[in-house]
Amino acid sequence: MHNRDSRALNRNPHRNRLNSVPITYTSNEQVEVYRFSLPAAILIPLIAVFLQAFVPLRFHFFSIFDLPLLVLIFFALARRSPIAGLLTGAAIGLLQDSLTGHPLGLYGIAKTVVGYGASSLGVKLDVENAGSRFLVTLFFYVVHEIVYFTVARGLVGLTLQWSWPRELGSALANAFLAVALFALLDRFKQRT
Amino acid sequence: MENLISRYRNVTILVIALFVQVLGLAVQVRRSTQDESTRLIRVWAVDAVTPLEKSIVWFQSSVTNVWRNYFYLRGVRQENRDLKLQIERLRIEQVRLNEDAEQARRLQALLGFKEQFISRTMAAQVIGSSGSEQSRSIYIDKGSRDGIKQDMAVITAEGVVGKVLRVFRTTSQVLLVNDQTSGVGAILEKSRLQGVLRGTPLGEVILEKVMSDETVQPGEKVVTSGGDQIFPKGLPVGTVTKVSPGSELFLNIRVKPAADLSRLEEVLVITQEEDKEPAVADSTSMRAADILAQRLPSIPDHPADDPNKPPPPTSGLKIVAAPTASGTPAAAATPKLASGNAATHNQASTTAAPANPKPHLDSSGTTNGITSSGSKPVANSTTTRKTPSPAVKPSDGSTGDAPGNAAQPSVPMPDAQSGQPGAEPKSPQEPPQ
Repeated sequence: MHNRDSRALNRNPHRNRLNSVPITYTSNEQVEVYRFSLPAAILIPLIAVFLQAFVPLRFHFFSIFDLPLLVLIFFALARRSPIAGLLTGAAIGLLQDSLTGHPLGLYGIAKTVVGYGASSLGVKLDVENAGSRFLVTLFFYVVHEIVYFTVARGLVGLTLQWSWPRELGSALANAFLAVALFALLDRFKQRT
Repeated sequence: MENLISRYRNVTILVIALFVQVLGLAVQVRRSTQDESTRLIRVWAVDAVTPLEKSIVWFQSSVTNVWRNYFYLRGVRQENRDLKLQIERLRIEQVRLNEDAEQARRLQALLGFKEQFISRTMAAQVIGSSGSEQSRSIYIDKGSRDGIKQDMAVITAEGVVGKVLRVFRTTSQVLLVNDQTSGVGAILEKSRLQGVLRGTPLGEVILEKVMSDETVQPGEKVVTSGGDQIFPKGLPVGTVTKVSPGSELFLNIRVKPAADLSRLEEVLVITQEEDKEPAVADSTSMRAADILAQRLPSIPDHPADDPNKPPPPTSGLKIVAAPTASGTPAAAATPKLASGNAATHNQASTTAAPANPKPHLDSSGTTNGITSSGSKPVANSTTTRKTPSPAVKPSDGSTGDAPGNAAQPSVPMPDAQSGQPGAEPKSPQEPPQ
């Protein structure tokens, strides 16, 4: 409903002054919750994990992206259910962990936190416009990396080096990709 | 209480989910990685992802092959001419290297060294990666069904790539040398300083454990030392790019890997390697004096009526049947060795040592000027570390017999009765066939 109104406002140049959509919702009635078909809910994360494992072999720069994380943020924001978000995060994270040489749970924990956080934030924020999607992805990418590094160093004992320029650069790249990817994935949304 | 739980239901579930994963992580960390069996979730994940990767790689390679082999043939004739010229140059170089190799084998045989041979390799195609910057590993399209086992070395023509970390049925995970959890025993080619090659979190490769008072120059080659029991000795690893003082007493040596780890398409898995004593060709062990001694007429002590009769005790050297690879004693090397005079026996035994089947010389000292060290058995003592195979393959990885196991050229022995040499005695300078 809110989404439809925003689009209508965008189409009418005379009403552009009304296009200043508030970024926070005032009541739960304004929040629109989406769901996904079962094939989409299973295949999209699988394809994301597959592309993350396959594409960097041919295009090495692609390894700065974290497609499973972007897909997780998209699902969490669209569903707006913290429990569904954390479970999706745990599943995608463990799947990603399975392909690495590290113990299971590193990505699982990080993505569980991100899934919970993104879905909780999705209840309060308008995540339909590109700006908020960009900022949300930027924020949660950094959160994901911080949790991952903390667990990897604290629990597993891996020697990782934290570099703010590198992490922020990756966060920016992922945020830009998220804007395009989320627009593509919007086609799979189904209204509840 | 119920109100409290229902009120904080989401947070409670989050805490439970995190707790379970942390607990699982702690259990995995505590367990030794050597004893860790492949978890079912890994098998499922690999089974879910790799078939699609395999299909795409197969399709891509098929299209590429058709294009390269049937359409894009520009410059092939010129390349063919260049390759022929290169073959000619390499042949000339090969002659010189053969001489050096033969000399090295003789010296190694004298010192009782064992050589490591890569006797069998398996080509595999890279189909995927871990998809993580923190875990540098790749997946190949060969698994336990193809004979791949854990900890097998993976290389390319350029150099070392990594080792097999996990084996699935049709695929395997290979840990690259630039992963921070990998370690390769390495040695600097010129200075012969040993160290441990490790990856860094940023994907670089460094050589550790080289003392800071040593001098290492950038540009020096790094090869495997063989000390890790995974990689055979002498494989190229990379080149030193930067040397700086490191922490504590060690140098910080940065190494550029010889293999391009970011563009791997096909790799070789070393499925079998052998420790083998070097074989010395007969022609090199024959001295001119030996040939002359054979040609001189000699008087046999006894008629050679019984070939199984042991030689007289004055010999000091006796022939015993050495066990063969199958465990059964080898047949008597040659009936001629059992008769004739002592000098002829010893010379014949010495020169026949590398032949297959071989006599084992049990010497108690020096007799007739020939020492036992000169008759050291050097051929075919093969110790297979991995999958045993009856056939010993050459070091170039192709199938076939290794030089040590090939039928050795034998110098014809003089006739025991007449003392005359065989029909066509070969010159010591004649190369082995």
